Amino acid sequence: MNGALDVGLRLLVVFVVFLTFPLIVGQTEHKVMAHMQGRLGPMYAGGFHGWAQLVADGVKFAQKEDVVPAGADRRIFQLAPAVALLPYLLVLLAIPIGPSEGAVGQVVDAGIFFVLAVMGVGVLGSLMAGWASANKFSLLGGLRTAAQLLAYELPMLLAAASVAMAAGTVSLPGIVDAFRWWWLPWQIIGALVFFIAGLAELQRPPFDMPVADSEIIFGAYTEYTGLRFALFLLAEYAGIVVLCGLTTVLFLGGWHGPWGADGLGWLWTLLKTAILAFVVIWLRVTYPRLREDQLQKLSWTLLVPLSLAQIALTGIVKVVIS
Amino acid sequence: MSPAFATAAAAAAPTHGFLSPTGVEVAFLLVGLATFGAALVTVTTRQLVHAALWLVATLGGLAVEYLLLTAEFIAWMQVLIYVGSVVVLLLFGLMLTKAPIGRSPDADSGNRLAALTVAVAAAAALVWVVVDAFRTTWIDLDGAASGSTKVTGASLFQNWVLPFEALSVLLLAALVGAIVLSRKAKADAANTGASAQAAPGSRSEKEGVR
Repeated sequence: MNGALDVGLRLLVVFVVFLTFPLIVGQTEHKVMAHMQGRLGPMYAGGFHGWAQLVADGVKFAQKEDVVPAGADRRIFQLAPAVALLPYLLVLLAIPIGPSEGAVGQVVDAGIFFVLAVMGVGVLGSLMAGWASANKFSLLGGLRTAAQLLAYELPMLLAAASVAMAAGTVSLPGIVDAFRWWWLPWQIIGALVFFIAGLAELQRPPFDMPVADSEIIFGAYTEYTGLRFALFLLAEYAGIVVLCGLTTVLFLGGWHGPWGADGLGWLWTLLKTAILAFVVIWLRVTYPRLREDQLQKLSWTLLVPLSLAQIALTGIVKVVIS
Repeated sequence: MSPAFATAAAAAAPTHGFLSPTGVEVAFLLVGLATFGAALVTVTTRQLVHAALWLVATLGGLAVEYLLLTAEFIAWMQVLIYVGSVVVLLLFGLMLTKAPIGRSPDADSGNRLAALTVAVAAAAALVWVVVDAFRTTWIDLDGAASGSTKVTGASLFQNWVLPFEALSVLLLAALVGAIVLSRKAKADAANTGASAQAAPGSRSEKEGVR
């Protein structure tokens, strides 16, 4: 295939995934939460079980007035949603969904570090929004976001490093290639730490103190309206897709499955990602919000030691079997 | 990054002139100029948070330069540690002290001249050393990736283990020092009956971990 056409096609596919998957997760969240709470959720938009609710929401957001507070730092305030959203698009490029060369946007040699580094940049968007809004609640939200990131980046990195050690490579397709089924019990602690830390990085319940709507009125996003607010929401759901995809690729073996290994592997990746996304929604309905200091304590006294223990275990097993 | 660069770029071709204008070199120069501009704005702007955000642009520009030098691993590390953590820490500090929106009239230093002298001297020394050391070294872009994680790791743990270990001991010392300082502050606060004042200590503690 023509080189430029190939690149364009890959970018297009990743972009479409980036635009649709978060909406699917969002719609699923509407319905799953509703049914878990004994409600029906959206039923009218689109006719069939409210499937077009988020499209309607998008139209509504686009029509709203785009307000910038008088006291805000205009440029930074307006730039923040883009900084929050774009990193997830870049990360999606590097996540492989199938074994072949065509099933990944771009093979990155140091894939793990690329995705973790770029995901960390997204948090800057929340910080910029929190500071530039000239609003006490937003500032509090920004502070909480920063404190949360500092607490959770370390265990996340350590857990990812453990898988990299096990696989002997830091490239994402390489890690899935090296995966064997017994890695699941071997790396289970790392997987849990990674997933929990990722939830905290995305500010999803039960770690949604930075946006706690009942205390600090959506934190950094208090002053946002219209499309810019929608972009922040999209970033959150894109973050769920990215986190679940990454956990699948790193810990759950990506396209490996009991059957259908050749040709249908990508279905396994999507299935595992979808199940994890369901778990993310489930957690939101199940658990109350932690307090900020409880979160710090959980991270520094539980997750960091656990991830260090996982690295030690990985090292020992690796030496024994080689 | 110089070790990986030095070993990786061993394939020196004598036919290259100094700065022959290929696409990569033009891009390198342009990104370098942009990075330099962002760095200048970082130290001259009167708006504190803007300075921190321009620092993001500077550090990101450096990461792009590493990428152009084929040192992919170093580039992602640069983004992960500097953009993702150090700047977040900086912004956290600025938010804790309620950095105002708009200009801060006192965001200036009386030591401008001394700072400028030190900066120019340091830059001159670095440029001189780097040019002297790598002037005739060329990276072979067609061969295997010369700055990949594998090459960097092998070089780091085979040729440069001692500096690596020395650095890790330094970081450990910083970590222990931060813990000692924060505990001391806590004990002092308890003695004077003041409320707990552990925030600065716990912050530098995290910095030490990194």
